[in-house]
Amino acid sequence: MLAIGSARARPGVRRLREDRVALGAALALAVLALLALFGPWLSPFSYDALDWRHISVAPGLTAAHWLGTDPLGRDLYVRTLYGLRLSLLIGVLATAVSVGIGVAWGIIAGYVGGRTDSWMMRAVDVLYALPYLFVVIILATVFGRGSIVMLLIAIGAVGWLTMARVVRGQTLSLKRREFIEAARATGLGTPAILIRHIVPNVAGTVAVYATLTIPELITYESFLSFLGLGVQEPLASLGSLINSGARQMLTAPWMLLVPAAFLIALLLCFNLLGDGLRDALDPSGN
Amino acid sequence: MLGYAVRRIAGTVPTLLILVTLSFFVIRLAPGGPFDEERALSPQVRANLDHLYGFDRPLGVQYLRYLDGLAHGDFGVSYKLRDDSVAGLIAQGLPVSVTVGFAALVLAMLVGIPLGIWAALRRGGAIDYMVTGLATIAIALPTFVTGPLLALVFGLALRWLPVSGWQQGDPFYLVLPAVTLALPVCASIARMMRGSLLETLSASFVRTARARGLGPWRVLLRHALRPALLPVVSYLGPAATYVFTGSLVVETVFALPGTGRYLVQGALDRDYTLVMGMIILYGALTLLLNLAADLVYGWLDPRVRHE
Repeated sequence: MLAIGSARARPGVRRLREDRVALGAALALAVLALLALFGPWLSPFSYDALDWRHISVAPGLTAAHWLGTDPLGRDLYVRTLYGLRLSLLIGVLATAVSVGIGVAWGIIAGYVGGRTDSWMMRAVDVLYALPYLFVVIILATVFGRGSIVMLLIAIGAVGWLTMARVVRGQTLSLKRREFIEAARATGLGTPAILIRHIVPNVAGTVAVYATLTIPELITYESFLSFLGLGVQEPLASLGSLINSGARQMLTAPWMLLVPAAFLIALLLCFNLLGDGLRDALDPSGN
Repeated sequence: MLGYAVRRIAGTVPTLLILVTLSFFVIRLAPGGPFDEERALSPQVRANLDHLYGFDRPLGVQYLRYLDGLAHGDFGVSYKLRDDSVAGLIAQGLPVSVTVGFAALVLAMLVGIPLGIWAALRRGGAIDYMVTGLATIAIALPTFVTGPLLALVFGLALRWLPVSGWQQGDPFYLVLPAVTLALPVCASIARMMRGSLLETLSASFVRTARARGLGPWRVLLRHALRPALLPVVSYLGPAATYVFTGSLVVETVFALPGTGRYLVQGALDRDYTLVMGMIILYGALTLLLNLAADLVYGWLDPRVRHE
């Protein structure tokens, strides 16, 4: 948010402060992140330890396992928080990947213009037309099974399209402004103009779309793990926990409810925060 | 308009070709092959299999052969599922997937459009807050979360509805999958309908209609509704794509015998032809649905001219 701390954006910051929903979402996200980071330490159990004396026990505050256990006796509290940690990590990193690609693609297409622009955006259009759910599945199955890095790339690779479009549009209008012309008049090269003048000016918009991209990519990751294509046992992600929970629905409904509640909270908070940021930056749109 | 449609359909061919080419080589890049088993096959058997399916030829030749087959409408045979051609597998599963997807889409429109109109007419009221609030939640939730939760509540706890299976398209078994799939689409439609109707209602031609003394219903039905529906219609292309690709999830959750499962299973088994068949099927569906939405858009909005 520092990047948009210019005189023009200050009313935006004020609007955000007044947006109770967005603030609440930001607060809840902070709590979730803290839980993901430090929560597992509060429990004596590890995420893959089998406790044969407590198999499929229901949640209870006085029980040894606060949020219950699965049929192998693994502690659901610790596993869910580990899953939360992984989902957050992959969501944020994959967003960083797609922001990197999207911003670079968008500013180059927008600033260089002409035939380069039309070819680059044509490529984006073609990729947009593909069923991206399938592309992620193929990439993840083919390269990503078990490897978190490949999973990251597969998810990040499909998340950058909207970013590229938005950034290009912004760059097109920035390009004609006087200060860019002035920068060019002083003899600054194109790469320097892009990095020093264009990037800081699109940063606000990028921050908004990045906030909205994170939940989308978290959903992809969870979805892949739900299908068994993402994070592999004994590691857990929220998606794989929901999948095993759905199988045990009849005998141990908490196995579904606990990770589902965390995933729902996570996605809702990111979406509400992103909507709030967007409204703060551009109050005219709804 | 007809010429435009033909040109657009022709325009999808290069996109499909790019898709086919990319996925063909990406899948082959992956380690492993369709005949990798726990117990290795004897070299002779392996060589015979490779020869039978043409895997001993250079990759470029295999690619051209595959394209040649496609041009003749031959999707090849599955390497893993015995005695099955890819086209046959698709023919078995597609009716299920399409039924679920179509039911979800219709449901989303039937519920989403009226809800959006209602919210817009009662702007700032309790209904408006409820619709926009619920829409935000429903859009944020992925189907693989809502599906099991709905099954838990309505199937296992309340025992109102069956939670899995197909039963030859018994509508009873269709309810939970269709509702799961429809929820986010319905929410998007309601939100979009509300936004665009609010915008239209503040347009000058609506004010003129009101000034002429027309009643609120007449203004809504005769003047405001049609232009306000436009964004919703252009959303139907992406929505249909979402619903048909998303049926993959509900097919997994509710154990439906659709085509979705072939994609994941095929990719895991390195069943190249099966995966390619699925990619082509869904790629073509996506492109055609977007095209159909564009055409309907042009028909609804006379200002759009297809040259």
